[in-house]
Amino acid sequence: MTTDTLLTVADFSVVYDVEPPVEAVSHVSLELRRGEILGLAGESGCGKTTLAYGIQRLLKPPAVITSGSAVFHDESGEDVDINSLTIDEMRAFRWNKVSMVFQGAMNSLNPVARVGDQLDDVFTTHRPSLKKAERTDEGKRLLDLVGVGRDRYRSYPHELSGGMRQRVMIAMAMALKPQLMIMDEPTTALDVLVQREILIQISQLREQLGFSVIFITHDLPLLLEISDRIAVMKDGKIVELAPAATIYRQAEHEYTRRLLGSFPSLTGDRGDFIRGGQHEEGDQ
Amino acid sequence: MTTLDFRHVTKQYKVRGAGDMLALDDVSFTLTSGQTIALVGQSGSGKSTIAKILTQLERETSGEVLLDGEPIPRRGKGLRAYRQRVRMVFQDPFASLNPYHTIRHHLERPLRLDKVVPGDQVEDEVRSLLKRVRLEPDAVVDRRPHELSGGQRQRVAIARALASRPELLIADEPVSMLDVSIRLGVLNLLADLQRESNLGVLYITHDLATARHFSDEIMVLHHGVVVERGPADDVILNPQHDYTRALRDASPDPDKHFADPAGPATPRS
Ligand SMILES: Nc1ncnc2c1ncn2[C@@H]1O[C@H](COP(=O)(O)OP(=O)(O)O)[C@@H](O)[C@H]1O
Ligand SMILES: Nc1ncnc2c1ncn2[C@@H]1O[C@H](COP(=O)(O)OP(=O)(O)O)[C@@H](O)[C@H]1O
Ligand SMILES: [Mg+2]
Ligand SMILES: [Mg+2]
Repeated sequence: MTTDTLLTVADFSVVYDVEPPVEAVSHVSLELRRGEILGLAGESGCGKTTLAYGIQRLLKPPAVITSGSAVFHDESGEDVDINSLTIDEMRAFRWNKVSMVFQGAMNSLNPVARVGDQLDDVFTTHRPSLKKAERTDEGKRLLDLVGVGRDRYRSYPHELSGGMRQRVMIAMAMALKPQLMIMDEPTTALDVLVQREILIQISQLREQLGFSVIFITHDLPLLLEISDRIAVMKDGKIVELAPAATIYRQAEHEYTRRLLGSFPSLTGDRGDFIRGGQHEEGDQ
Repeated sequence: MTTLDFRHVTKQYKVRGAGDMLALDDVSFTLTSGQTIALVGQSGSGKSTIAKILTQLERETSGEVLLDGEPIPRRGKGLRAYRQRVRMVFQDPFASLNPYHTIRHHLERPLRLDKVVPGDQVEDEVRSLLKRVRLEPDAVVDRRPHELSGGQRQRVAIARALASRPELLIADEPVSMLDVSIRLGVLNLLADLQRESNLGVLYITHDLATARHFSDEIMVLHHGVVVERGPADDVILNPQHDYTRALRDASPDPDKHFADPAGPATPRS
């Protein structure tokens, strides 16, 4: 892994212009390195999805970007300020350079179209020069790559398990070989065995293909295992950003410690889980 | 001591166009007052089916369920009395509370129906129930469910389950819909109440870590079959069945991931 920076987010803020206005992302700055998995942790409502959308210009009204910038440092050497792209440029940018696996994505496949045809669509739209046979080849190769298998190319979504559908979504996100994949709670709805398989797959693909990942979840233990670095978000702000081992061993921020303490250890001591003891009340 | 016996229970659902679906296959266990059992397994393994049979929302296909040696009454007064002794806490506190009624109404209802206390003591009992689940009565009693946070709603649901002074509690994924930072608080509360009232609790979850810490024993359900059971620490730290081991190894475990002499974990607060 090089230490090159792939994405620079600076002083980025997003406000939902409702009554009263909600500052969902508040002056966020971070640098994403080429090839790294950055975990974005935080509880529901802290602004993770809004930040992910914001840096891809996917936000719709009433969301307004009120400050800051997101600059993508393309492998060609060109710097792309995401806010200055035209709509068409943005559309191309989004699949080619950055792609996203949306929260609940596995339920967003078109139920009446074969998986292969949905992959084919991505190529038809973004790689118009490819011939039909090339598109099919590439689609099947992708299904192999994510562990679904090419024999599912002609399956309909309902013929696949939730885990398989999620892998298809990952295949689609990888189709155009983006340099960054943003995954918003990609395994939250899945059982642990399936989740683990997908996490291993993502790590392997990252090794092979060298893309960066922003992996969003509230599951901090999971992030500790898979991330190079972790950003902890609370109330729209990044309160701490550090290598996973640092977060694990010597987190500095009170909130990070509290979040860590929210997950009892699987094989270690009881930690905060004290049967019959005295506890702080979290939500009064 | 109250004893609930699940004996050789099988449950077959009829699935239209697909024949029968065997959701439980010869499941047996015993839950007694004062005991905590965690029932773990992946989604679809049959956990909620056990809960539904225990509360008679579903009927077993074969086998029997006995409370202190007596079959569960199927209807009427007998069933009511049974449900007063064996209560349920559901996953989604929003769905299980009525949006049109105040918190007071939710708690008064079981108190009056089950004649737990004389009429003139109902109001006091409502307040004392709220205090037991660490809610400030004045702050919540006249509110409706949507005016409370998720954690507060689940505390109300627990208070309501306790209103009838049950001996056994079936909690089906009671914290999985709550924000992570309040899950432990609610589970710790359940653990405290369990001890205070010597409740028997069946804690249903897909989370092995809380299963281990909450309960005395763990039962692992896989495709409707109990594949392993034993003291909680044994099942997690030294699993005997391949499936249990697979579940354990797939669950995030940063303490193991970072286990090396380089230094201790962050002090957690
Ligand atoms: N369309 C919207 N209008 C108003 N507020 C919104 C909208 N979408 C999200 N929010 C608010 O913005 C905050 C951040 O939401 P979100 O980015 O979805 O958080 P997360 O992904 O961390 O759960 C929350 O307080 C949420 O209620
Ligand atoms: N009412 C029903 N009709 C048909 N099949 C059902 C019904 N309820 C549950 N099932 C099936 O029974 C199995 C066990 O379900 P459930 O007990 O809800 O599992 P869990 O709570 O462990 O996720 C699943 O395969 C589920 O699809
Ligand atoms: Mg989100
Ligand atoms: Mg269930």
